[in-house]
Amino acid sequence: MVRFLVTRLAGMVGVLFLVVLFTYAIFFALSPDPAVQICGKNCTPELIDQIRTNLGLDRPFYEQFLGFLSGLFVGTTYGTGPNAIDCAAPCLGYSFQTGQPVLEMFEQRFGVSATLAVGAAVLWLLMGVAGGMLAAIKKGTWFDRAATGAALGGVSIPNYVLALVLQYVLVVQLGWLPFPQAVPFAADPGQWFLNFVMPWLVLAFTYASMYQRLTRANVLDTLDENFVRTARAKGLAPRLVWRRHALRPALTPVVTLFGMDFAGLLGGAIIIETVFGLNGVGKMASDSITKNDQPVIMGVTLVAAFLVIVGNVIVDIVYTTIDPRVRIGARA
Amino acid sequence: MSALLEVDDLTITFRTAQGPVDVVDQLSFTLEQGASLGIVGESGSGKSMTSLAVMGLLPPTASLRGRVSLDGTDLTNLPESKVRRMRGDRMAMIFQDPLSSLNPYYTVGMQIEEAYRAHRAGVTRRQARKVAIEAMERVHIADASRRVDHYPHQFSGGMRQRVMIAMALSTEPDLLVADEPTTALDVTVQAQILDLLQEVRRETGTALILISHDLAVVSEIAEDVVVMRQGVAVEQAPAERLFSDPQHPYTRALLDAVPRIDDEIGELRGIDSVESAARVGGKP
Repeated sequence: MVRFLVTRLAGMVGVLFLVVLFTYAIFFALSPDPAVQICGKNCTPELIDQIRTNLGLDRPFYEQFLGFLSGLFVGTTYGTGPNAIDCAAPCLGYSFQTGQPVLEMFEQRFGVSATLAVGAAVLWLLMGVAGGMLAAIKKGTWFDRAATGAALGGVSIPNYVLALVLQYVLVVQLGWLPFPQAVPFAADPGQWFLNFVMPWLVLAFTYASMYQRLTRANVLDTLDENFVRTARAKGLAPRLVWRRHALRPALTPVVTLFGMDFAGLLGGAIIIETVFGLNGVGKMASDSITKNDQPVIMGVTLVAAFLVIVGNVIVDIVYTTIDPRVRIGARA
Repeated sequence: MSALLEVDDLTITFRTAQGPVDVVDQLSFTLEQGASLGIVGESGSGKSMTSLAVMGLLPPTASLRGRVSLDGTDLTNLPESKVRRMRGDRMAMIFQDPLSSLNPYYTVGMQIEEAYRAHRAGVTRRQARKVAIEAMERVHIADASRRVDHYPHQFSGGMRQRVMIAMALSTEPDLLVADEPTTALDVTVQAQILDLLQEVRRETGTALILISHDLAVVSEIAEDVVVMRQGVAVEQAPAERLFSDPQHPYTRALLDAVPRIDDEIGELRGIDSVESAARVGGKP
């Protein structure tokens, strides 16, 4: 188990390094000169040169990359003399637009994305997994058809369309929900909660549709397995056949998918956050892209990749407890 | 001795898009306590469906006419919950592919215990575990008290089939149905499993239905043989007579199709399949 963890973590570090390298290379090669952007309207060539020197943009790629890496691990200092700015590890740099440290921007926004992800995850697991199981049990009935049809809709309707429709119906027509606006939890918990209802629903619906289809298909496949026939041949009660022998194998792939989806969402739900005006990591990503705010784009990419990779490792570890065939140290 | 199992006029019909198809047609046989019966036939002859019908495990798309009675109780008229209580207790079954027939997520011990506890109310896990270990020892799995905690993937094919047999025997059933128990195994292991089936039959007095496409396998064990073709029993006879003096041309063709080591070298003989193809059938 220890060896498994070590190799898994080493692999994770390797992948992360590649992600950092490629992201950095892409932004280095593709982006317009950030010094010009930072310089603003009253710009002189001398000023641009000075900004370049301060940010180290005049240095070759590998030096800049190493500087960025060391910033991540030990912190870094921008500029020299009295104007020098210390950026403690893990330093993701400063926004070109606002001058705010990227890490601080994350800290302010992560809570929103996490709240969005957790609430939506609870909903979609309830709807998707339970719905998928029920549809499989009641295969061919009206429930199955309705659930499968709804799932097809959920997969096909883009979530921004659903978001707008829902806003129109629930807010404008029925007035059941207030128009979404940013309210801190401490100021008014009720209002805060209501604000999240629609984003949760919309986000969850899309995922629930995928989970419903996956769960239904897996359960039906598992029910056809020979070991389910064996369980029935033993004379087990149908409830036990179902719970012990059908459900556990059927839900294992769902765990994998969930780990990755959830981790991905923590890195921001760009469309949902933008549509509902939630100031989360996803909104920050889309803003930084439209404004070509390189350090923020880099930061978002890295953190999102980090979360997905960590999510994967966690899934792998969880898997070893669910499925004995991948359990480490088990010998034939 | 009274008959343990009586199958009388059994007809199994599947609803298909092309209309109903009889996969077993008016099959009758009896099996005495402790006796052994082989059912032989090609793929699609209905032999597996017969075994599932005896166990009450036919798929929902199949319907059944006739009688299947165990110790005088007609199973076809019993509600499913009552049949379920007999299934795994009075009658047990082992299958062709022992790997996929065992649940990969649970230890073999747990799966044997589960079979036992399903029919013995109030048995503790401890007692069930003891039964599981004893059952594994009875089928000659070495080091059973340690192996009981292993998972199916940690066993070889032959060992897995031993586990299946141990599971089936844990409740000391009157009838063991073995559906192609050696087909997925290699030849040397096949012989061991057949020997084991013989041995447990001798020791426990369990009656055995052995289903196989392989005449050699059936000839090793069965006292009586039913030859099935396209759902119909074409010949039923004591094994000795059937192999020495087959009456039906199909039985002769089956016997001829088995290559013999002392044969002159020639073409392998098949069975004329033109007629077979005319009927819809086959394993589900």
